[in-house]
Amino acid sequence: MKFSFSSEQDEFRTNLRRFLTDRSPTKEVRRLMETDAGWDRDAWRAMNQELGLTAVRIPEEYGGHGFGFGELCIVLEEMGRACMCAPYFATTVLAAGAILNAGTDAQKQALLPGIAAGDTIATLASAEDNGRWDGASTTLTATPSGSGYTLNGHKSFVIDGHTADLIVVLARAPGSSGDSGLSFFTVSGDAAGLTRSVLNTMDPTRKMARLTFDGVEATLLGEAGGAAEPFARTMTEAVVCLSNEMVGGAARLREDSTAYAVMRVQFGRSIASFQSMKHKLADMLLEVELAKSTAYFAAAALDDGDADAAASASLTKALASDTYMQTAVHAVQIHGGIGFTWDNDTHLWFKRAKSSEVLFGDAHLHRELMMRNWAA
Amino acid sequence: MSENTEAQVRAECRAWLEANWNPEYGLVEWRTKLIESGWGAPHWPKAWYGRDLSTGLVPVVEEEFQRIGAVGVAKAGIRVLAAATILAHGTDMHKEKFLRRILTGEDTWCQLFSEPGSGSDVAGAVTRAEMKGNQWIVNGQKVWTTSAHKAHWGLLLARTDWDKRKHKGLSYFIIDMKQPGVTVQPLRQMNGHASFNQVFLTDATVQPEFLVAEVGDGWAVTTTTLMHERRGADALRSWARGSTRPGKVYDEERAEIETTMEPYKWYPQRAGRVDLIMPRARETGSIDDPVVRQEIAKLLCMSKAAEWTARRARTAQEQGRPQGPEGSLGKLISSHVARASARVHTQMSGANALLTGAGSPMDGVIAEILVSVPATSIAGGTDEIQRNIIAERVLGLPKEPSVDSDKPYRDVPRNIVG
Repeated sequence: MKFSFSSEQDEFRTNLRRFLTDRSPTKEVRRLMETDAGWDRDAWRAMNQELGLTAVRIPEEYGGHGFGFGELCIVLEEMGRACMCAPYFATTVLAAGAILNAGTDAQKQALLPGIAAGDTIATLASAEDNGRWDGASTTLTATPSGSGYTLNGHKSFVIDGHTADLIVVLARAPGSSGDSGLSFFTVSGDAAGLTRSVLNTMDPTRKMARLTFDGVEATLLGEAGGAAEPFARTMTEAVVCLSNEMVGGAARLREDSTAYAVMRVQFGRSIASFQSMKHKLADMLLEVELAKSTAYFAAAALDDGDADAAASASLTKALASDTYMQTAVHAVQIHGGIGFTWDNDTHLWFKRAKSSEVLFGDAHLHRELMMRNWAA
Repeated sequence: MSENTEAQVRAECRAWLEANWNPEYGLVEWRTKLIESGWGAPHWPKAWYGRDLSTGLVPVVEEEFQRIGAVGVAKAGIRVLAAATILAHGTDMHKEKFLRRILTGEDTWCQLFSEPGSGSDVAGAVTRAEMKGNQWIVNGQKVWTTSAHKAHWGLLLARTDWDKRKHKGLSYFIIDMKQPGVTVQPLRQMNGHASFNQVFLTDATVQPEFLVAEVGDGWAVTTTTLMHERRGADALRSWARGSTRPGKVYDEERAEIETTMEPYKWYPQRAGRVDLIMPRARETGSIDDPVVRQEIAKLLCMSKAAEWTARRARTAQEQGRPQGPEGSLGKLISSHVARASARVHTQMSGANALLTGAGSPMDGVIAEILVSVPATSIAGGTDEIQRNIIAERVLGLPKEPSVDSDKPYRDVPRNIVG
């Protein structure tokens, strides 16, 4: 499946694209991005009732459809195309991913059916104020207390962290360092001692929050001190899923820019007939198609259990980061003055491109991670 | 269609090879057997040495050849383009006369399209072919003609009507290169090799039956040849490698590579030798330099992406699905990869990159990469022309207003030659 989609997958994509064109036009994106929550519970419910999207990659024994990353990444690519505002990534990729990778069977039974049904909005809180994406940089502490744990510290850049019902938190044992002593915990969004504030960010289409934990009671998820590996696995998956979302957005920007250039007449001819514009648009096509190939490959590598899936993930994130941003820069340029206005839609994707570029590590970081994988 | 499943093709090919392959055949003798069996060019029509196999199944046959170590038919160079063009547009006489000797490797071909005054603008050819008596008389000059000095036959684009519009006045011929009216002068390239030539045509002759398609249809035929050239650009890299095994057929194949294939021996270098990047990174210690590592990683990202994009295109083809834009990008991608690779090789070798000959990095291979890569983005259509093609044919963007295609070609301004 690394190099092609089945006809069922193609059909799934077609239906999804039709649905998102209908339900998440840019008018709706603009409405939601102006809200504090950043998404809408009714629209979310409708999406899950009609298409069951939150259930896609959750195994059948936990109430899901049991598909792979191939299918999940089709959803993300199409959502990226639509610049959709919904807590889908946080819930199904980050939180469900961490639960699947770290949780016990009983915990999966308890937590995943609610996510699969679309009832539970969830996220993963791992990064902190230092903006680093590796587990070892965690400072938030978890202290055993009674039958559970107490969390103290903060988390930041938590996607949909201010609205999630369930938060998976990466924390460390007091006095531990590096990859040892890391554990996952689950915390309810309305837990006592938890303060959540939405971050002011330049991408209003993807809300993030800063969370402070002041003696918050939490439940251990999985094995105490054993979170480093499932966290790394979850990040690898997140990077692949995000890359697929990114290539969807980049493809949309490229297509819209092409259509605009064809329509726009200057000097008595369509500006798309000028070589300077043709060459730029040809280069954009080339870059987007290259990034797509790596994103599809990396998703299939996860499904196939490839030994170097982490290297493929970093490779695709590096390429997607550069490509999405470069495509967005070209898109504004091709649109000219109108492309720099708030009313034109280009900036929605430009901003999503920028937040995606840095989320979970930029191109430099992932190139280095890829090299570490390959040089080993 | 059951005879065309992968497993059946594999089994049938394997059985035939096991029954027939013998490394002690002569090269032409063995290839003749291949031609008669249809396994030499299985995607060709049954009527002409093939088996009507879908191109998607050709890799299966190639794998079987590799498995047993069998030598294939002659696949290198312009002869492949000649065969594809003749199959598409040639008469039965052309097919009869030329195809077999193309596959055996007995005949070598060259492509007489570009001229000093028409490079990217191939349809601007001014070499003239005039019917005098009962044959065509050709006068003009061609350039960048790879292997012209070895070729028996040339694919010739010439102007036969100056009163027609640019693309309508062209005709396509097969010309005998071994005649007094054809003079070949090698051109020394910036990398020191001389694989291409200038060809002077002075009252050269072409028999009427060697016209391909009709008079005035030359551009359509040329387009077929060029399309195959762009599609084959990637394959050129791996062609010039023989087997090291013992056996008469291998000896003769190695001799063929040394002579007929000699013009192509620097082609792997012009593609940038990405395969040498990691070994050189370790050898030079660059692998530990964080700045160089970033550049290596950028290159490897691009080269992997290129490889996977080619696989996407091929898979679509194998499954008989409509190919997306990914199928038209290969040539442009290979230019990017080659340039990036040359940059990284320079970075890793530093001052040593300057050294050539024995004792230099990889005995001169690294230096040869650096002076060979510039050909990639020019040969077979410049990057700029590739972008035009992608823009107009894939993206459907409007053409530039044309100033030369709506009037008799004799009225179109052009370089003044001589």
